[in-house]
Amino acid sequence: MAQSLDRLKESPSQTAGPYVHIGLTPNFCGIGGVYTNDLGSTMLNGETKGERIELRIRVLDGTGMPLKDALIEIWQADADGLYNSPSELRGAADPNFPGWGRQPTDMETGVCLFRTIKPGRVPFRDGRLMAPHITLWIVARGINIGLSTRLYFSDEEKANAEDPILARIEHRVRVPTLIAERQGDAYVFDIHLQGEKETVFFDS
Amino acid sequence: MAERGSNHSPETGAFFQRDRQWHPAAFTPNYKSSVLRSPQRALVAFDNTLSELTGPVFGHAMLGELDNDLIHNFARPGESALGERIIVHGRVLDERGKGVPGVLLEFWQANAGGRYRHKKDAYLAPLDPNFGGCGRTITGEDGSYAFRTVRPGPYPWPNGPNDWRPAHIHFSVFGHGFAQRLITQMYFEGDPLIWRCPIVGGISNREAVEALIAALDMQSTIPMDALAYKFDIVLRGRRSTLFENRPEGN
Repeated sequence: MAQSLDRLKESPSQTAGPYVHIGLTPNFCGIGGVYTNDLGSTMLNGETKGERIELRIRVLDGTGMPLKDALIEIWQADADGLYNSPSELRGAADPNFPGWGRQPTDMETGVCLFRTIKPGRVPFRDGRLMAPHITLWIVARGINIGLSTRLYFSDEEKANAEDPILARIEHRVRVPTLIAERQGDAYVFDIHLQGEKETVFFDS
Repeated sequence: MAERGSNHSPETGAFFQRDRQWHPAAFTPNYKSSVLRSPQRALVAFDNTLSELTGPVFGHAMLGELDNDLIHNFARPGESALGERIIVHGRVLDERGKGVPGVLLEFWQANAGGRYRHKKDAYLAPLDPNFGGCGRTITGEDGSYAFRTVRPGPYPWPNGPNDWRPAHIHFSVFGHGFAQRLITQMYFEGDPLIWRCPIVGGISNREAVEALIAALDMQSTIPMDALAYKFDIVLRGRRSTLFENRPEGN
């Protein structure tokens, strides 16, 4: 026997369930008067630097049906590639951009809409630049542990081609599942939980 | 945002790898909704980058006075929610046993009769006009937190023909890095429904299930007012950066 490493185990995850809105977006589900706003519902103000974009995201189940009870959080760098986080040591991020947003999928259409800015490039561990990307975290009824993925941009072909994380994906036919399609000022991104077009999810 | 939760300099080491045998698997067919909502291909693994190591931090300024009091935060003036009054308290720790200060905790639950204030909940148990069901708080310097509420009731759900959820409170927890993000559920000591529940049963390790069961804590009760339960939450720990590889010139 060796000494104990004396570590705790992470609390196991459980599904967010169908009523996740009560806790995380109460105003969206009609519980008014407790919080002024739903946290994460607005990412921009008049002073935010960067190119304004809209993300239209859907999450589709194994039959291709959009989830109408999912909730997505996004985390991204500002226009200069800096994160608004105490663990960002490279410099101060845009004070007018939190970098974090939270939206439920629409209960009728299943579309989840974010108004944000296009992020700048952030260095990988070895100093190479990653392509502009947004980290997504998806929870819903039927999802036992939050799913992590990334959204990359269809009009960043050159940067995408040299991105160290995209390069990590062995089955190259799966890379396009992480690339949102530009349509006007919006990027459209369908996340497939299962099947032929299953989105790449990460363990990181 | 990005107000620091503590005066300590931030840690920047990568997070410990998640033990995905300890967590529930994605595909747990006794919980039927997971069947069509679980990825079937392997997750793609990589060591944390800045995108996972950083994360939003919320300041105490965002909290309202009653945010951690579900008995009163939706109630009409002078009234309170109906049910067994309880305090839920504990600490947010990381896998190294360190308290995690300044992190946002959000919680939500059904009322004492097992009914949620949500238009998709059609259970015949009535709503409580004085109970909304949501609350939040931010951990203190030692990672501690507390809120008060009423104990939620169990409720039936359309999974098997006669499945009932144990009494539970949903928790959403932020850490200091986005890779620590966690949603889980707290159960109550001694509830016989825990061991029959297909959602709980998605966790294969009995010890892992027990980590989600809050203990009755008589030392923290308020006599003649509220019982107390203690519930600690553990987030991913992080590696030290003592011998971290760094790019040249960095």
